[in-house]
Amino acid sequence: MNLHTWRHRDHPAYWASIVHRVTGILLALFLPLHFLALGTALSGDASLDGFLAWTDRPWVKASEVALVALLAAHLTGGLRLLFIEFVGWRRESQGMLLAAAGGAAACCALAFALNLF
Amino acid sequence: MQVGSNLDVDVWRGGAEGGYQRYQVPRQDSQTVLDVVTWIQRRLDPTLAYRFACRVGMCGSCAMTVNGKARWSCRTHVAKVAQDSRLTIAPLANLPIVRDLVTDMREFFDKWARAKGQFSSTATRRDDFARVAPASSARKEIDAAIECIGCGICYASCDVVAWNPAYLGPAALNRAWTLVNDSRDGDQSARLAAVAGDAGCHACHTQSTCTERCPKLLSPTSSIAGLKRATTRAALKGAL
Amino acid sequence: MSARSETMLWIAQRATAALLALCVLVHLITMTVAVQGGLTAAELLGRTRGNLAWAAFYGLFVLAVAIHAPIGLRTVAGEWLQWRGRAADVCCVAIGVLLLALGARAVAAVTL
Repeated sequence: MNLHTWRHRDHPAYWASIVHRVTGILLALFLPLHFLALGTALSGDASLDGFLAWTDRPWVKASEVALVALLAAHLTGGLRLLFIEFVGWRRESQGMLLAAAGGAAACCALAFALNLF
Repeated sequence: MQVGSNLDVDVWRGGAEGGYQRYQVPRQDSQTVLDVVTWIQRRLDPTLAYRFACRVGMCGSCAMTVNGKARWSCRTHVAKVAQDSRLTIAPLANLPIVRDLVTDMREFFDKWARAKGQFSSTATRRDDFARVAPASSARKEIDAAIECIGCGICYASCDVVAWNPAYLGPAALNRAWTLVNDSRDGDQSARLAAVAGDAGCHACHTQSTCTERCPKLLSPTSSIAGLKRATTRAALKGAL
Repeated sequence: MSARSETMLWIAQRATAALLALCVLVHLITMTVAVQGGLTAAELLGRTRGNLAWAAFYGLFVLAVAIHAPIGLRTVAGEWLQWRGRAADVCCVAIGVLLLALGARAVAAVTL
């Protein structure tokens, strides 16, 4: 029997913690692929260029934006946690911290997307 | 307010294996969820088991899950939480169910003891009073966290408690924080060791549902962050 | 693992987090500028090849990530997969070693 309903989780700090965890997992899964892609340069510039040409597909470009969004979200969420844990928790600052983290991450993703397309 | 209309109330019956049973309860003025449960037990089904004591928001005994959120049933007005005249009432989560709406609180209090959430005296009646400045930052930290009455709502609302059986939980750690800041206490190094690690403050992910749900408006999130700083200092000094 | 060791793991994760905050910020800016007008191997490698500063930067980045990620994954394994204990810890160390090896290879690939 599962008494865990979703309703007590309907507040921003909760979702921030889930975003932080999920982005962390996805980034950890992506990282080896990223390292392997860069490693193609060991076989010469043409090899890396070949890989970069493969990335010239709409779904790959969209995924790149998503990855940057994941990275930015994990970064800003992490900075928020470091602030709460090492500077301190104040009730009145929590909304601002969440908004700043979310806003900054969105700006990073947007800047990257605008430069990509 | 629709006096004369009924509430559809689904109440958890049984233990971990059980189910919701529906009752029809007439609405009243200023009705609380505890009023509803009491009405069911007195008028409809005397076999319903539930806890309460003070009825006025001082003891925390009546804590239960109401429409998915852990609350004090005596301080939860039906008018405020019942959407479409529906109520779902269940026991607190993260605790073994004794029967119906009653949970076994032993683990909750055992963890309190494991976190060294009790004062350890260094003085006797022959010593002078300890002097603690009320405006000192340490005393202010204690003041902000000391009003906990052990109702279990924070513990029932914490995902880490659900995910990590050994996790001491927000209430135990919050109480430990008040003692970490207590200049009279003599058990500080043992206490920091007790609250450190995967079962202690370092397992908290700042989800902050404890702080959202606490009826005393305490912030275990803040207390646990304080414990993280205190244990970090101790560990880096080689004192943990 | 003792409470003290678990605390040191937590400290290591937070310390690498602070370092990674700086690394990731530089990386995000570099990437955003670099993808302007399309990315080519020549452009990428032209920046990093034979450059000691980039080698040191990315080397430190890889080291920090190889410490930070496995500690986080260890927590996820314990809480979401209920996988704790010696085997889980060994697996996390292995992930750290893998990230370090692949990462060092990638740094060598673009800077040597």
